[in-house]
Amino acid sequence: MEKFEKLTGIAAPMPLVNIDTDMIIPKVFLKTIKRSGLGVNLFDEMRYDRQGNENPDFVLNKPQYRDTQILVAGDNFGCGSSREHAPWAIADFGIKCVISTSFADIFYNNCFKNGILPIVMPQEVVDVLMKDAEKGSNARMVVDLEAQTVTTSDGESFPFEVDAFKKHCLLEGLDDIGLTMNNVKDIDAFEGKMAQERPWV
Amino acid sequence: MTAPKTLYDKIWDAHVAHEQEDGTCLLYIDRHLVHEVTSPQAFEGLRMAGRKVRAPEKTIAVPDHNVPTTLDRVSGVIANEESRIQVEALDKNAKEFGVNYYPVSDIRQGIVHIVGPEQGWTLPGMTVVCGDSHTATHGAFGALAHGIGTSEVEHVLATQTLIQKKSKNMKVEITGKLKPGVTAKDITLAVIGETGTAGGTGYVIEYCGEAIRDLSMEGRMTVCNMAIEGGARAGLIAPDEVTFEYVKGRPHAPKGAQWEAALNWWKTLYTDEGAHFDKVVTLKGEEIEPVVTWGTSPEDVLPISAVVPAPESFKGGKVDAAKRAIEYMGLEVGQKLTDIQIDTVFIGSCTNGRIEDLRAAAEILKGKKIKDGMRAMVVPGSGLVRAQAEEEGLADIFKEAGFEWRLAGCSMCLAMNPDQLAEGERCASTSNRNFEGRQGYKGRTHLVSPAMAAAAAITGHLTDVRELM
Ligand code: SF4
Repeated sequence: MEKFEKLTGIAAPMPLVNIDTDMIIPKVFLKTIKRSGLGVNLFDEMRYDRQGNENPDFVLNKPQYRDTQILVAGDNFGCGSSREHAPWAIADFGIKCVISTSFADIFYNNCFKNGILPIVMPQEVVDVLMKDAEKGSNARMVVDLEAQTVTTSDGESFPFEVDAFKKHCLLEGLDDIGLTMNNVKDIDAFEGKMAQERPWV
Repeated sequence: MTAPKTLYDKIWDAHVAHEQEDGTCLLYIDRHLVHEVTSPQAFEGLRMAGRKVRAPEKTIAVPDHNVPTTLDRVSGVIANEESRIQVEALDKNAKEFGVNYYPVSDIRQGIVHIVGPEQGWTLPGMTVVCGDSHTATHGAFGALAHGIGTSEVEHVLATQTLIQKKSKNMKVEITGKLKPGVTAKDITLAVIGETGTAGGTGYVIEYCGEAIRDLSMEGRMTVCNMAIEGGARAGLIAPDEVTFEYVKGRPHAPKGAQWEAALNWWKTLYTDEGAHFDKVVTLKGEEIEPVVTWGTSPEDVLPISAVVPAPESFKGGKVDAAKRAIEYMGLEVGQKLTDIQIDTVFIGSCTNGRIEDLRAAAEILKGKKIKDGMRAMVVPGSGLVRAQAEEEGLADIFKEAGFEWRLAGCSMCLAMNPDQLAEGERCASTSNRNFEGRQGYKGRTHLVSPAMAAAAAITGHLTDVRELM
């Protein structure tokens, strides 16, 4: 996995609450057996009309937001299904960080596994960042995972919390399976014990 | 004396294979269910890294999401190219990696969350995962069951463990008795109406109380199925005699001395007196009405006697979301919910595709006909549910009423297979999600219980089922 470097980029505002996984990537696009190439269909139903023409009012279609790397979103982002196609589509578009007041659990975890940093901020801070994001491409937001801060284009800085282990893995680009295999002896031991205690499993 | 534990604490503690200093654990997984949509990339990852499935005997695969459910599927190949590729990929992966498999041609095939319990794979006290958010269904057995993403599917395939941190404990208690016409579906929707779709985020819910105890296993699965719609990681119900009775004799349930040993352990799986819950929600069973959803989030739920709410009655970002939902759903503020006309009825899904659900719907439909022009279909949750319903004469009731009688699969629960809503169509659906486009582009979904769906099919509008009872 790619390492998460300090990010300086365009932030797009999406104040809608409860943006669900069906909005992020409609299920007609889940029929792929690959991980890449979903970026063009990110937010498909909001982004295009039925004929596939771009909806000019949708934020990511506006010229100033075409290279968005950070999403500032309304509450409960990513609710709905466990499909990892949602973070794949987000990452494939080029978005590396999503900021909201809250995220759905599964989506939150899936982000880390795909090199995306989800940041939870209190409402007041999201309000400030949303305003900053509305400035468009002249404004660059800075996300510093190492220091755990988000800085607006005006230089106003806000700290955020992130699980230490998840942070480490994201910074180093570590692969989960490889990490777990370091503990394979413990898994063997657990299976041995279970064969005695709960043989019906 | 050790500190009192919740049911979740007990199952968690029994599965920690490794713990890091910061509390991140490797949780051992007893059952891994796999379907065709969220697994191809995971198997591909294994193949690329030269890894094997660590415990194929604990891995169960079944195609469900995009298999056609029309009766001609037995004879033909899947017409949609991409759907066929996914199902074929699962066929191939199941064979290559040697996991348990129920192909489309097998009578035991069906929705993964119906097949697991039906075959006795799901047992009390287990950890169960699947690359599907409705894995919470299996919590009805007192199993810790939750949905995972595809990277995690790959992780479980390779290591039989999941990297997890413990969630908080939440108790949802439903006291008293339900009134006639009120079902498990109404309970679970009412709870989400109370907590909101993010109310359970960070928690594992234990459902308890008299109204939950009184439910059959089918009803309990319906309740737990939608724990995820309330944002919770999982929903649990402590196992009891009803659970043991259901499990006993299933193909993969323990037998003989192992059954006795298992039973002894299962009987210790309950929340100790005085155990701590971080959050408690209590609803009175007798106050729950038959409910429907009016909007595009499962939290947009109201008793059938209510009217479409004004967006201004909500707070914060929900005001705009409600506006958008009312527009998308094509409703008027103040409109009676019973005045909403329906053109499609779908009975099925992992929420309500079990035998008891079909019985409840058939009970209402007996001797009646659906409204002229109504498209109505019943899609049993598995081939075995279908066979049983035919044996009990339910299939005939549905067919005589004017319903289509389909083969097992996810069908119209999500628009991935040929069963979809067309633009502007409005469906009373027993599934679990009413998101925009969930049942088809610009399709409109009202979530209801099977009995309420049957009632709407007869009258042509959302209806209080108690008027037909
Ligand atoms: S029936 Fe619906 S919710 Fe259940 S597994 Fe299938 S698609 Fe998912």
